[in-house]
Amino acid sequence: MKNHVLRPLWVVIALVVTVLLVRKVMVPADFGVHGRNFTYGFHRLSAIDDWKAFPIKYRGREVCAECHEEKTEENANGKHRIIQCENCHGPVLNHPEDPEVLPIERTRALCLRCHTSLPYPTSKRGKLPAIDPNDHNPDEVCSECHNPHNPDISNM
Amino acid sequence: MSCSRRNFLKTALSGSIAASLPLSMFKFLSPAQVQAATKTESDTRWGFLVDTTKCVGCGFCVKACKKENEVPYDAPITRTWVERYVVTKDGKTHIDSPKGGRDGFVARHEDVDPNVEITKAFFVPKLCNQCENPACVQVCPVGATFQTSDGVVLIDRSWCIGCGYCVMACPYGVRFFHPELKVAEKCTFCYHRITKGMKTACVQACPFGARQVGNLKDPDDPVTKTIMTERVAVLKDEYGTKPQVFYIGLDTNVR
Repeated sequence: MKNHVLRPLWVVIALVVTVLLVRKVMVPADFGVHGRNFTYGFHRLSAIDDWKAFPIKYRGREVCAECHEEKTEENANGKHRIIQCENCHGPVLNHPEDPEVLPIERTRALCLRCHTSLPYPTSKRGKLPAIDPNDHNPDEVCSECHNPHNPDISNM
Repeated sequence: MSCSRRNFLKTALSGSIAASLPLSMFKFLSPAQVQAATKTESDTRWGFLVDTTKCVGCGFCVKACKKENEVPYDAPITRTWVERYVVTKDGKTHIDSPKGGRDGFVARHEDVDPNVEITKAFFVPKLCNQCENPACVQVCPVGATFQTSDGVVLIDRSWCIGCGYCVMACPYGVRFFHPELKVAEKCTFCYHRITKGMKTACVQACPFGARQVGNLKDPDDPVTKTIMTERVAVLKDEYGTKPQVFYIGLDTNVR
């Protein structure tokens, strides 16, 4: 066959080989069909381990109780025992090493998440003890009067 | 008719071989069936249970999720959110979710006339449904999102090209674009926590037990028990995605 016919063929073959080589280098070795099938399981297998290695920040009240016995005990006897320490104190992360001190949220907004009065007859929200934030000591911090660990209105 | 010993043995042997062949040998299997048969299946299928009757809209779940999963805190994006539904006596339904409920619901719904009587109001937490047939995964052109063998849909951040196809495909609107990483982002059921025996950050943060996560393949799991014995519903069943987040007390207003 004549050379001018063959030449484009070589070019095409070279292109295909280049693409395949680049693909071989660029695509991770563990990329393929894992799990159920191609539609839902075509991925890089180590991506699962990447997600498993994501750092945990919220560790739960059990971790707090290891050192802060007094506070957790006080909290365990009150109505606020259903609230995790970290909801107000922030995520534990690697405390006490990093951070050494956890920033406590003392804003009114924190308490108002549950205790703003909303007139919802069929919702559990309507049954929580609640105030109108504009009427109820608007400039005060809640924890000045109320003990956040073990609030008790009858004993104020 | 003559029958030599050789012929008799030949016929008898091939006949017995043919008789011992199972019919299933000739069945044509799809590649998926072969794979399902040869691969050991996971004994875990993560599922979620939301009890909307317990939710008071405190938003601690959204706050915990954002911090746990390093979702930009002040950007208008979130992996999970809480919606408020206020149905008034004039037949109107008012739905809102300020900042996705991150700071709770600390004021009345702006559009609700204080003089109109509220007939019912409730809060509905939402998150990724970790569908059995996830539409978002089907549309990914590069294989950057996938379903793990325990049923969680994840995104490979190093492989996502940020085309946003999956964001469009999700019928529940749970996917969004991560403004810092420039990749698609979604709820992972806190995969780094549940695979270590912990609860998801939102489940742990919920004071009222409105959120629960569990293994749907374990018949003794409290979540599985509730789903099997109580009346539960899923969102947008008609899409055929088979969502695995089940709701107690779902209202017809919730979409």
